[in-house]
Amino acid sequence: MIIESATESVKALRPMQRRAAPPLEETAVVFDAESVEVFYGSFRAVRGVTMKIYKNQITAFIGPSGCGKTTMLRAFNRMHDVIPGARVAGKLYYHGVDLYGPDVSATEVRRRIGMVFQKPNPFPKSIYDNIAFGPRVNGVKNTSELDAVVEKSLRSAALWDEVKDRLRHSALGLSGGQQQRLCIARTIAVQPDVVLMDEPCSALDPIATARIEELMRQLKSQFTIVIVTHNMQQAARVSDRTAFFTAELDAKNDQRCGILVEYDATAKIFSNPSDERTENYITGRFG
Amino acid sequence: MIVGPLLDLRGKPSWRGARNIAMQVIMGLAVIAILIPLVAVVWSVVSRGAGVVLHAFPEFFTAEIPVVSRRAGPGMGPAILGTLLVTGGATLIAVPLGILGAVYLHEYGGTSAFAKLVRFLATVMTGVPSIVMGLFVYLTWTMRFGYSAFGGALALACLMLPVVIGSTEQMLRLVPANLREAAYALGASKSRTILTIVLPAALPGIVSGSLLAIARAAGETAPLLFALGAATAYNPNLFAGANTALSLQIFGNATSSFVAAQDRAWGAALTLMLLAFLITLTARLLFTRRS
Repeated sequence: MIIESATESVKALRPMQRRAAPPLEETAVVFDAESVEVFYGSFRAVRGVTMKIYKNQITAFIGPSGCGKTTMLRAFNRMHDVIPGARVAGKLYYHGVDLYGPDVSATEVRRRIGMVFQKPNPFPKSIYDNIAFGPRVNGVKNTSELDAVVEKSLRSAALWDEVKDRLRHSALGLSGGQQQRLCIARTIAVQPDVVLMDEPCSALDPIATARIEELMRQLKSQFTIVIVTHNMQQAARVSDRTAFFTAELDAKNDQRCGILVEYDATAKIFSNPSDERTENYITGRFG
Repeated sequence: MIVGPLLDLRGKPSWRGARNIAMQVIMGLAVIAILIPLVAVVWSVVSRGAGVVLHAFPEFFTAEIPVVSRRAGPGMGPAILGTLLVTGGATLIAVPLGILGAVYLHEYGGTSAFAKLVRFLATVMTGVPSIVMGLFVYLTWTMRFGYSAFGGALALACLMLPVVIGSTEQMLRLVPANLREAAYALGASKSRTILTIVLPAALPGIVSGSLLAIARAAGETAPLLFALGAATAYNPNLFAGANTALSLQIFGNATSSFVAAQDRAWGAALTLMLLAFLITLTARLLFTRRS
């Protein structure tokens, strides 16, 4: 009896290894990357990334440090444009439109594809002005409209109750976890289509991390989320699909270059990966 | 129960403690050495100037300057107004231009050849002696348009401009890149990001740098010698007529052989110090509230 229940609990702990992964719903394709490469000057940081990102799902990028996860993420909303010497090659389509096409404006792209950064980076302004910044950039001037957006965004980010009495206070007075939720609220205040998250929990404690993960699960019904994480448990907990990146030594010029090894349903990646390198990484034998 | 010392955590015998004390003494002496001239200047100005100013208070700050310099009595009114006009004019010219120049250099010019040239010229400009700036303005402005406070303002602006450019660029460099990225990620354009995020974040530093430049300029004498001419009566017109300034009055009266004039020079020196202090204080109160 005792042994039986112990076996049951072991089974419960490892459900993925017992059952075949349930088939993932094929929602609309948001991003379609074809052989994307990113260069910093003459250094090629990532090469040959071909993948599709699906609507209203959470896609996690995992992999060891320096494998190009963040670099790839930043290619999705043209954040490389502001880094001198950075360049994206290959084709990257967003709802069928070439993101790096000649007529595409980077600011227009970033209004639809928001980003949450590794370190919470609130503006040195009030909580209210932090959230209202994006809507103001988009031309919202009406005060009551702004008030409504601020409240709605803070509620969505599960921060409203904590800050509703001090909206005019500096955002820098918030704790790290609150600051990161503020940054998420700021990002969703512009009603983006996609939210890119670059290791959003790496500077937070487990409780704050759990809150952000809960938030991500709630937000995925409204947004498409791509998250870079160093934390495999986090990827397993929150994501629908997981992409495993690694760095490969290029024998020609002795430089390391990031590649996409495997991209599949999260359940599949963490239970039955197709590639040996993925398996080595998720089982902790490497990385 | 503790049986005995298991670990020896005592440091190795050394001169560390003695060296620490010696270094602290040296640093303390250095601080005193710095304070000696500072305190001496403030003390001599206050002790000799306070009597002059208080003897005729508040007329010293309002009355016109005696035309005959050997006659005792107040005041410095026209010189205070002149200094405010000249320094204010110079600030209005140099601070906006300097900030715009620094924004160009840091945000747009970067490492381009033109930006490098401008940066080099600004550095050269900081090294130009103030009397040369005075001569330059004398030749290009005063010879053509006559004495005016505006000529003095131009000369001071030339002195302030490179200082404002340099300190502002330094402050823009200190604005963390992640703030810019946050603004870009929300769809803000570059100009919008600079105006609403970068400049406000750098504002306290820009104000400090500008204040330093203003305070330095307010005490400059040489560039004003050629531009202002000499006046003893109020001249509120920025663009026409001879004017005067506190620094010029200090110079003129201190080099006079009459005791009454020398006294007025001390009074003017104290007034200038108070003025610089007031300007700094007001600007700090105005601009540090935000951060």
